[in-house]
Parts: sequence; C-alpha cells; structure tokens
Amino acid sequence: MSRPVLITGGRLLDPSQELDGPGALLIRDGRIEACGPGIVGPDDAEVVDVDGLVVAPGFIDVHVHFREPGDEHKETIESGARAAVAGGFTTVWTMPNTDPPIDDPAAVGFVRAAGERAGGARVYPVGAASRGLQGEQMTEVGELVAAGAVAVSDDGNPIWHAGLLRRLLEYTQTFGIPVLQHAEDTDLSCGGVMNEGKVATALGLTGAPNAAEAGMVARDCCIAELTGGHLHVCHVSTREAVEQIRRAKERGAHVTAEVTPHHLALTEDAVRGYRTDAKMNPPLRTEEDRESLLDALVDGTIDVIATDHAPHHYEEKEREFDDAPFGVVGLETALGVALIELVESGRLSLGGLVDRLSCAPARIMGLDVGTLRPGARGDIVVFDPAERWTVDASTFVSGSRNTPFVKKELVGRVRATWVDGERRYELPKEASPVREEAPPYVGQGSV
Amino acid sequence: MTAKPTNAGADGLGLGKDLTGLQGLTCEQIEGILDTAEPFKEISERRIKKVPVLRGKTIVNLFLEPSTRTRISFEFAEKRLSADTVNIASAGSSVEKGESLVDTARNLEAMRIDMVVIRHSSAGAAQFLADRIPSNVINAGDGQHEHPTQALLDLLTIRDRLGSIAGRRVCIVGDVRHSRVARSDIWGLMRCGAQVAVCGPKTLIPLGIEELGVTVLSRVEEAIEWAEVLYILRIQLERMVGGFVPSLREYNRFFGVSRARLERAPGDIAILHPGPMNRGVEIDSDVADGPWSLILPQVTNGVAVRMAVLYLLAGGSPERAESAKEAGE
Repeated sequence: MSRPVLITGGRLLDPSQELDGPGALLIRDGRIEACGPGIVGPDDAEVVDVDGLVVAPGFIDVHVHFREPGDEHKETIESGARAAVAGGFTTVWTMPNTDPPIDDPAAVGFVRAAGERAGGARVYPVGAASRGLQGEQMTEVGELVAAGAVAVSDDGNPIWHAGLLRRLLEYTQTFGIPVLQHAEDTDLSCGGVMNEGKVATALGLTGAPNAAEAGMVARDCCIAELTGGHLHVCHVSTREAVEQIRRAKERGAHVTAEVTPHHLALTEDAVRGYRTDAKMNPPLRTEEDRESLLDALVDGTIDVIATDHAPHHYEEKEREFDDAPFGVVGLETALGVALIELVESGRLSLGGLVDRLSCAPARIMGLDVGTLRPGARGDIVVFDPAERWTVDASTFVSGSRNTPFVKKELVGRVRATWVDGERRYELPKEASPVREEAPPYVGQGSV
Repeated sequence: MTAKPTNAGADGLGLGKDLTGLQGLTCEQIEGILDTAEPFKEISERRIKKVPVLRGKTIVNLFLEPSTRTRISFEFAEKRLSADTVNIASAGSSVEKGESLVDTARNLEAMRIDMVVIRHSSAGAAQFLADRIPSNVINAGDGQHEHPTQALLDLLTIRDRLGSIAGRRVCIVGDVRHSRVARSDIWGLMRCGAQVAVCGPKTLIPLGIEELGVTVLSRVEEAIEWAEVLYILRIQLERMVGGFVPSLREYNRFFGVSRARLERAPGDIAILHPGPMNRGVEIDSDVADGPWSLILPQVTNGVAVRMAVLYLLAGGSPERAESAKEAGE
C-alpha cells in the first residue's frame, strides 16, 4: 500500500462528530486511522501541512449529469469526476438521462467502471426509474442495485404517473434506495423556459409557474406517506414546495430534499438580457422563493446542497433563448457560492455548511462517507474559507463552461482533495493567490 | 467581432446602434422618432417617391418568420430612402439547412452590410444579433417580446388623431399574453405618459402584467367605457386549440368590439388594430370600416416611422430630416 498521509496544521471541521478545532488527520491504507489534536504520524508518513486551512470530510453531490454515453462533447465521466474533486466533491451521483439512458445493469456497470478509471470523485450511478425514461414501465430496480446503482430517477423528466411512483416507492424499499424525483407538472409548466411572472412577461418568454413544482411535490409527498418509501425531491426551487416538504416531514413521511447553489444565489432577474447561462429547469425564481430556500436549508426542511451540474457545450448555449438547452455547471463553484449565501450572510456556521455538503447527504442516503471518524474512507477536502477568487470558466476542469457565475467573486476555495486516501486534486500553483508572507505550506509534502 | 467600427449613436437622439425595443427608450427619444417621421410622411405622397438619404447603404431584411405587412412596409421605407435591400426568408435559406443565427449574421456581415431588419419567432433574437454584429439591427418582431416599429406607428397615429399621447387612456384588448405588439405599445405609451389598461379573458393576460404599471380590466364593456383609444389585438386561431378560449364565436360574443358596444361609449373613441384582422372575431366589420377606425392611417404611418428609424440609425439627426428629404427633390 501507499505511504500513510498525515495532514497537519489545519482546522479539523467535522459536524458528524461535532469536531471543530486544530488537529491532525492520519490516513493509512485508504482509510482514516486517527483524527484529532496531538496526532503524530509514523516516521514514513507523508506530512502535509495545511496551516490555517479547513480539513473536512469530502463533499457529496447526489445530483450531477455527466454526459457519457452519448454527449461526450459536453462532459465525460472522467472530466466530470475530475471537475468534482476540483470542487471538493469526493462522491457524486450521476443521473441516468444519458443517450442511451442508464436503465439496465450493463449500463450501470459501464458508468461504475468508467468512474473507477477516471481518477476523480467516486462515481455512483443512479439508475433510470422507468425503462428508457419513458415513464411507463418500472426498470429492473433490483438488478440495477446489484450492478451498483444507488438510487433510481427519471430526472430531466418527472415520474409523471402517480401509479408508477407509488409502485417505485413501494418496490425500492426491498433494496433500501431512494426515488429521486424531478417534481414538475409538465401540464402546468408547458413550454416554460423561465419563471412565470413579471420578468417573463417583460421579456416575452413563456413562464413556468411555482405551482408546477409545488403541485407535483404535494402529490408526491402524499404518495410517500402512503407507501413509507424514501422520496427525495430534487432541486427544490419554490417556497410552496418548501411548505409541502415541511408538512410531509412533520407528518413523518420519509421525504428528503436538495437545493442547488444557483437557486440559493440567483433570481429570475439573472435571465434579463436573455442570458442562456441562467436558463435551467427548474428555473430561477423570485427573491421571496430564494429567501425561503435559504431558510429551509438552515432549518433542515431541505437536507442537502446538490449542484444539478448540467454541462452543455458553449455552441448549444450560444443561441436564441428558446432554443438553448436547460442547465448550468456547478461542481467547481458550489463551495464558493454556498459560502457567500450561507456563511458570509450569517445564516449558517461553516460547520453547518460542511454538514449540508457532506455529512447530511451521507446521513440521508445511508452512505459510509461524510465523516472523519477513524475507520471511515479517506475522503477529505482541504479548503481556504476566506480566499476570494474570481470565476474564470476557461479554467474549469469540467468539459463545459456554462456557468451563471462568470466573473463573479466567490469566497472559499478548494485547495486539495483526497479520495480513499489518494490525493486526486491539488489547486494549480498559478491559481493560488500571491502572498507576501511565507508560503502557508511547509513540510515534506505540500498542498 | 470587431471587424469594423459599429454604427453607434450619431443620430442626435442617443438611440445607439440598434432599435431592439421601446422598453429602454425615454419619452424624448420616442417623441424624437415620431417628430422625425413627420417630414417623411410627405415623401410617400409624391409622384416620385424616392429621396437619396440612404443611397449606398445595404440593408438585409432577415425575416425568419412569415410576415407580409411589416416586411413590405420596411421594404418601401428602405426603397424610398434609396437603400439597396436584400430579403431573406427562412424557407429555402441556409437557416432552413440548420445554420445558426450567429453564423447567418456573421456571413452577412462578411458581405459588408450596413443594417439588418430582423423578424424572428424567439424572444431576444434581435438583441442576440445586435450584441454580435457591428451593423445596425432593427427588431421587426421577436417572439412575444417586442415589435418597436409597430408601437411607434401606433403612437404616431394616436398623436395624429388626439394631438397628444400624455394623459390619454389607451386600452389594449385581446391576446396580450402572446403579443409582442402589446408589450411594445405598453412601454411606448407609458414612457410617453399615457394611462394604459389591458383587457381580455384571464387566460390571455400574462401573469405579473400589473407590475409593469398597467391596469387589468376583465370586461370589454369596462374598457370601452374607460378608454379614449381601444387597441384591438388579433386573436389567433391556434389559441382555441391551445385551450385559451373555447371558441371564436364565444370570444366574439364576450370580447369582440362591435358597433353596438361602441355606441355605448361615453365619448369619442378611436380604434387601432395591428392587422391582419379577423373580421367577426375580435372586431366587427362595421367597426373596422367605420368612423372610429384608424387602421389604414396606421399602415400609412408605418412607412414614415420606419423611414425615420432607418434614417436615425444611419446617423441622421431629427433637425436635419426636413433638409435631408429636400435634397432629393
């Protein structure tokens, strides 16, 4: 096995064991061996001094789109997995709406194998909920799980038929996996390319109302309550959906939910000027919705942050707004955006943010990651919570650049990421800020 | 795209390079365009309807959505100002072969053109083009967004009839939801100080329209009682298929503007319509052809307004419009 690694000099931040303070972390054979103050490594350990930086369990993103197979010009599993570690993510769940879709065990195995070869974040495939994502017939859920799928979803489309959703929420209980629902009543959102309201009216664009999401979430929550299955609501964007989820949780239904950094940071006003990099589904909503999402993430109604990383080639976005595809990339800006909206704004502690990015996803999805406890996988992110940097999409590791945060100043930057004890990412030297004082990293290894 | 300097802003009104909508214009700019249109009206009344104002300028009429009235009106305006014009329709063009809008524009640009008049089915298409080429871009209708020259000709027609726009009560009746004309008229009228209302079945009134500053009236009788100008929009057959109105017959019964309804108006009322009309649906024939109607003057004013816009974007100033015109005599 490789040399043990000792990460010293940092601030250990792990809400899963209420740990926040100076200390060191020893990784051996891919697993965390010790964690806390006064830890000393063996003589042969590689010592990485991360003076003043935060050492936290690697982030987990339960909602990304890597475009392989079918649209490798946008993103491959390799480029996506590497973009993930550049954003501090050590585990990602890839949605099955590729071409062809991931709806049989062979396809699941392909994603899994490609993920292992990628040398980035750990890639866990989400299998299709219905064959061909057609919304009619259930996939072989058990076979998909046996091949390595961690959940099922028709994301991109809602599971439209209430009967199918019911059967899925019942059937998946045998395998202990959630159903991830893209909640959209497409009859109501019909043709909508942005939020319905005054901005859409002024721009002459067709709008999708909040009710298209909230109505579906209400129905889905009723079915979750009926069946006892685990319903996970993807990319919540409306205050009304938040209300539905809050009520369902109060009633004891097994419902969890995620929100994207872009819905936490932006409103429909970002679309003005027909900016296709602000076009996604669900759309950016109003300030009232944004506030409600922030509150919901703080109070736990929404459990986790997920990026809905949706790469598209610039040519596909460089066109008429109606014709541009939905979606934005998010892996490499998630920390910086979330840190501004949640921590800088005073809504959440830094530990709270690490929880929503790492511990909470592991907790709600039952994953053996998201913690620095001894014995856990060596999935670690080291980041500078104070560094201000400006987004330059041309430097993205991702195969695509479609971000609404171009040229925005973000706070908080990932410096290095380990997966299974192996360093998979290190911020390039030229991207580091120039500092007058001595370099913060001394020791045998460096970050 | 910095192949050549852009044609920005020598017009004296500060319109800039393009006219993509009325939302961003001031009252002074709008009135300035209308003032510039006044001297151009007369050219169309001459025996020889041509002046050399745009001689040597190349204008592309890029009509990627069917249009008869607007395209011909622009073409007359361009020809009467002596510009060289080329018409492109989507059928049979490279666009039909899948060429992107930005590539189409760059290829036109490479042939050294001066102006593009664009009609497109997607909102924002005119702005998209304007941001990417140095030529002047004039929006001749982009999806449900704006149709600024239509609103300008409407404003000119209202001003001709009522003497002023400020303080006038104008109600737009019909399919406001899907109408770029309604949006441009709302911006133009509000900028110029008119009071604006919209009226129609709620299925055809877009959400959030009150936040633009207009009043929503739910019955056409209320509209007629309130308004000095009734702007009637075309109700398209496909709206029935889309479930926005149950039938055209019912639309006519509850929202159609008829002589009987107009005769109950408390004062004078002027009728405008952007055309083409569906007689017997949104407007009855005796209204369209009656004393209230300004529909044909609108069409006549369309040519003058478009001449004014072409002239201003090409660098002309309002004060010199009269003399520029006389130079052609």
